[in-house]
Amino acid sequence: MHELSIVSSVVDTVTESVAAYPDARVLEVRLRVGVLTSVVVDSLEFCWGIATEGTPLEGSRLVVTMVPVLMHCDKCAADVELDGVQSFRCPRCGEPCTDLRQGRELDIESFEIDEVEEKVKA
Amino acid sequence: MTTRIVELRQGILKKNDELARGLRGRYTAAGVLVLNLVSSPGTGKTAFLERTLRELLARGFRAAALVGDLETDNDARRLAASGAPVRQINTHGICHLDAEMIDRHLAGWEGVELGGLDYLFIENVGNLVCPSSYDLGEKIRVALLSVTEGEDKPLKYPTLFNSADAAVITKIDIAEPCGFDRELALRNINEIRPGIRIFETSSKTGVGMEGWLAYLEEQRLIRAS
Repeated sequence: MHELSIVSSVVDTVTESVAAYPDARVLEVRLRVGVLTSVVVDSLEFCWGIATEGTPLEGSRLVVTMVPVLMHCDKCAADVELDGVQSFRCPRCGEPCTDLRQGRELDIESFEIDEVEEKVKA
Repeated sequence: MTTRIVELRQGILKKNDELARGLRGRYTAAGVLVLNLVSSPGTGKTAFLERTLRELLARGFRAAALVGDLETDNDARRLAASGAPVRQINTHGICHLDAEMIDRHLAGWEGVELGGLDYLFIENVGNLVCPSSYDLGEKIRVALLSVTEGEDKPLKYPTLFNSADAAVITKIDIAEPCGFDRELALRNINEIRPGIRIFETSSKTGVGMEGWLAYLEEQRLIRAS
């Protein structure tokens, strides 16, 4: 259960970034999570409310996009998407694959804020 | 009110990854081979490491270990009996080691300098899920599996086995009474991590340790050159 640590990192990073937009409220945070990270999305969402309390992220939505595993198959000379994570073989030709190209992402993609009218500088 | 989307495109574990990169650089500069041992609780990581340390010291190598547990320094005391320098890391509830903990425990480790070591072992907290996300700067991640655990462990925890550089099967001396299906276990490991080096060992009898020690030596020489 390291989802709380992960969510806390997200909250810290976004809190730092949002400091550049005074009085802004965070509406939504978008993550990209690889299938090969063992991160449980339900647990992320469960921790989200607790971890954002009392921060500029309080009340925001968490949107997680799962990223499938892509392996490079030498035999097919192509990147191939795996159906699951129970067998690391090329789904086209059955060759074992070791060259991972995608699926371990654990990234903050973006966040959305609402801004109060920007103050006009004199 | 206007809304705005701020693009970040940043790794969530960026801080850990940056620290781990720094550690990796330090290990390389010091010429020490660093291994991260990961398994479920009860696989026999500590017994395996104790035997490994004893064998390495007997061969004149300089080896040390950092050992992670939620609580107690029992493992550090067990490992210290090998004669190698050992330092306990207590995570107090955190289910994995991270790069910051390693960095902090390397600092001020009395009598131990990275440059004075051939091997540094990091025994992770017993957990097959969370340690896979945290880079400790290690060169080799070792996934351990005992014959008492079931041959489908690699299929149940693909994230960890897929990220490993070597696999060790422990307690091979009791494989038969446990009804351990060796062929199936090897096939499952290979299905998740094709071509991975696999060592079948017993920390009690010493079976398979020669091959493991030869691998350590080979990897140390590769990494050092």
